[in-house]
Amino acid sequence: MVNFAQGDLMMLGAFMAVTLIGDFGLPWALGLLLSVLALAVFGYLLDAFVLRRVLGEPQFAIVMLTIGLGFIFRAVAGLVWGYDPQSFPTPYTGKSLRVGEIVVSYENLAILLGTLVLCLVLFLFFRRTRLGIGMQATSQNQLAAYYVGIPVKRVFSLVWAISAGVAAVAGILLAPVSLVQPGMGFIGIKAFAAAVIGGFGSIPGALLGGWIIGVAEQVAGVYLPAGFQEMSAYGILILALILRPQGLFAQIQRKKV
Amino acid sequence: MSYLAALDLSISFGGIRAVDDVSFEVEEGEVFAIIGPNGAGKTTLFNLVSGIYSPDGGSVRFAGRDITSLPAHRIAPLGLARTFQNIELFEHATVLQNLLIGRHVHRRSTALSHLLFLPAVRREELEHRRRVEDVIDLLELAHYREQRIANLPYGVRKVVEVGRALCLEPKLLLLDEPTSGLNPEESEDMGFWIEDINRDLGVTVVMVAHDMGLVSRVAGRVLALNEGRVIAEGSPAEVQKNPAVVDAYLGAE
Amino acid sequence: MRFLFKTHYNQDIDHLKHGGDRFWYGLLLVLVAAAPAALGTFYLGELNLVMIYAIAGVGLMLLVGYTGQVSLGHAAFLAIGAYTHSLLLGAGLPFLLSIVAAVLVSALVGAGVGWIALRMTGIYLAIATLAFAMLTEQTISRAEWLTGGFRGLAVPQASLFGMPLTQGWQHYYVTLTLLVVTLLAALNILRSSTGRAMVAIRDSEISAESVGINLAVYKTLAFALSAGITGLAGALFAHRLGYLSPDAFTFLISLQLLLMVVVGGVGSMRGVIYGALFIGFLPQLLAIARDTLPPQIAQAPGLEPGIFGLILVLVILFEPQGIFGRWLKIKSYFQLFPLYRRATHRRQKTYLRTERLR
Repeated sequence: MVNFAQGDLMMLGAFMAVTLIGDFGLPWALGLLLSVLALAVFGYLLDAFVLRRVLGEPQFAIVMLTIGLGFIFRAVAGLVWGYDPQSFPTPYTGKSLRVGEIVVSYENLAILLGTLVLCLVLFLFFRRTRLGIGMQATSQNQLAAYYVGIPVKRVFSLVWAISAGVAAVAGILLAPVSLVQPGMGFIGIKAFAAAVIGGFGSIPGALLGGWIIGVAEQVAGVYLPAGFQEMSAYGILILALILRPQGLFAQIQRKKV
Repeated sequence: MSYLAALDLSISFGGIRAVDDVSFEVEEGEVFAIIGPNGAGKTTLFNLVSGIYSPDGGSVRFAGRDITSLPAHRIAPLGLARTFQNIELFEHATVLQNLLIGRHVHRRSTALSHLLFLPAVRREELEHRRRVEDVIDLLELAHYREQRIANLPYGVRKVVEVGRALCLEPKLLLLDEPTSGLNPEESEDMGFWIEDINRDLGVTVVMVAHDMGLVSRVAGRVLALNEGRVIAEGSPAEVQKNPAVVDAYLGAE
Repeated sequence: MRFLFKTHYNQDIDHLKHGGDRFWYGLLLVLVAAAPAALGTFYLGELNLVMIYAIAGVGLMLLVGYTGQVSLGHAAFLAIGAYTHSLLLGAGLPFLLSIVAAVLVSALVGAGVGWIALRMTGIYLAIATLAFAMLTEQTISRAEWLTGGFRGLAVPQASLFGMPLTQGWQHYYVTLTLLVVTLLAALNILRSSTGRAMVAIRDSEISAESVGINLAVYKTLAFALSAGITGLAGALFAHRLGYLSPDAFTFLISLQLLLMVVVGGVGSMRGVIYGALFIGFLPQLLAIARDTLPPQIAQAPGLEPGIFGLILVLVILFEPQGIFGRWLKIKSYFQLFPLYRRATHRRQKTYLRTERLR
């Protein structure tokens, strides 16, 4: 399953947090937890009512479907929350950590820590829990997974719940540094690039991919003329696909006959 | 000089030697069968010969030419056609289109002339159609001509795949499990067709088979594989009696 | 129900299979040709736009519907066609030559993309084409010395056979002629071995290879063909826009083109026309709908993409064969009445199986 609406789920998560914390005045931690949960439930329902229908259709249909969903989410978010960028208050806004010469804002530190914790949790989940292993099995062979008793449909819904929840976390981490607006999901394309470079199905790979893109953008911004910064992510993506058409850490082999 | 010759072919996947120093020779005009238990490397051997895999070691010669390193699409025009164990047809096209695709190696016009559909292209298309109809007659597919593959029963698909291979007008036909999944009646028909193809069209046939009845009926010589190695070669009766073959099928000791 | 008795193979090869076809398509052509006499400037312009979409759709359909290669970046080829045509026209090249050059340049770039994309499949291909479109958009907006960047590029006035193309009906006939030519060329390809090779690649690469089809050649060719035809649409689109800037060729346009192919019906050329009509007239419908909706919804800037998304989702969920598929079902319902069963058109599902090795 591939999701082109991931960035937009992230955007929804960020908006949810803005509403709960900024408008309703909930405590920061509670608002965060609630918006992640809300997105997870949303992801579950999305699969149960919409995506399940295309299970077994060609991949093309799923790609188009999630692109369509992304557009709907953006339009709805625009209707509900408007198109003006909103700032996202956090307890750590404006504070920074000073270690010798290096100054790091807490916002960026939160991104770093959050990402690490998230990856660790996901890694353990997929390696250690029955559900996580069942999900991996399902992603490799739906029919076989079904035959050995994995409830494939429910597993899919749960995968969507998790990925929507993770998207919400990403949105909330990103919100303080990038402002919240319906178009913020476009960064999701870069996330995609990270996943592609790393190869789908490999969390360390995705991390490395994200890191490569981030560094390359900074380097291009400093050393190359204007414009190359925006282009570098796509350039690297294409280059990576040329060199390793199935991603750097891909495990997929040629189809058997 | 034999027609098709494999010499010391080897390939490994992740440390497992799927095909290990296999050599065999097929003479022009014969029906040659390759048997062996599951996982013996029969299909892999076919994939090596037809250019889908390239071997780690060894060579393949066909009609006096070294085809070891040629890609699949360069081997087909030399007159080597194949079918697949699990059927690889063009699912969303009709039987007729599938068979016409089989004529690809006989195209003479260029893509540019197709754009304009010049008279020469039409003449060529008519020629393709005539040849395809011959195959349809031979394999009794007329009833299914305009149907999409996706709507056809398994047995018919199996026949269509043989038909598509015949449309290449091959000199050598590789059949991978031609009767697997067919009912006894369909298997019987397939046996007759293989004999017809061999005798009337003069096509050399190499087939992978499980069905010893079919093998004894149509094959002149048999090669038995187990765990990637040749364990016996000879006439069907000889191979069936060979103790190594009996062991491989029934388990040693 | 009509029973055809075939007496010659030509009957299968010809575009128009029987008298009915000849009559209806003839009538359609007459009607379309007579349209300028009956329609006002506005609707003529809209019809012109629909035909431009249809040309681009033919290009995309060849790639997506017949070769099975997904492209999320066809707006880039539209842009390349439009800019090449405008620049060459501005440099003094005659209209027709400039169009031919735009087609060739787009086809060449398409061949390059196709060649690069050779080893990619499915989702990876989709992402690579998307990245290519983004790169193209960025390049156009940055290469100000050539394209004017965001300041834009005025499309020069064209003239054909010494006659300046100023009127809507003139553009209409130019587009109509080129659409018919494009459709015929595409259909010609599809009824010859090139088109069959494309279909073969779509359905099974491995057996395409084993019947002697060179995957590299035909995939590159399909990309080139598709890009060239889309470039042609781009050149015509330039005249429609009058003023080119990079934000006329965004991801939304790529998506619209795909939507057209999906809504019309993947794998049929008639579907392209239905899809183009749909996409072309959707903004009109939206404009009408806006009048009836409450203003806070109607005035929202994101409404149109949202509706596109909604339609895309609905079509994929409920009628993956698009308008053409629905038409076939309705037709067979009446032909088989009262024997029609839903199962006649049931689709087979294929469950995902990735072959992974540890």
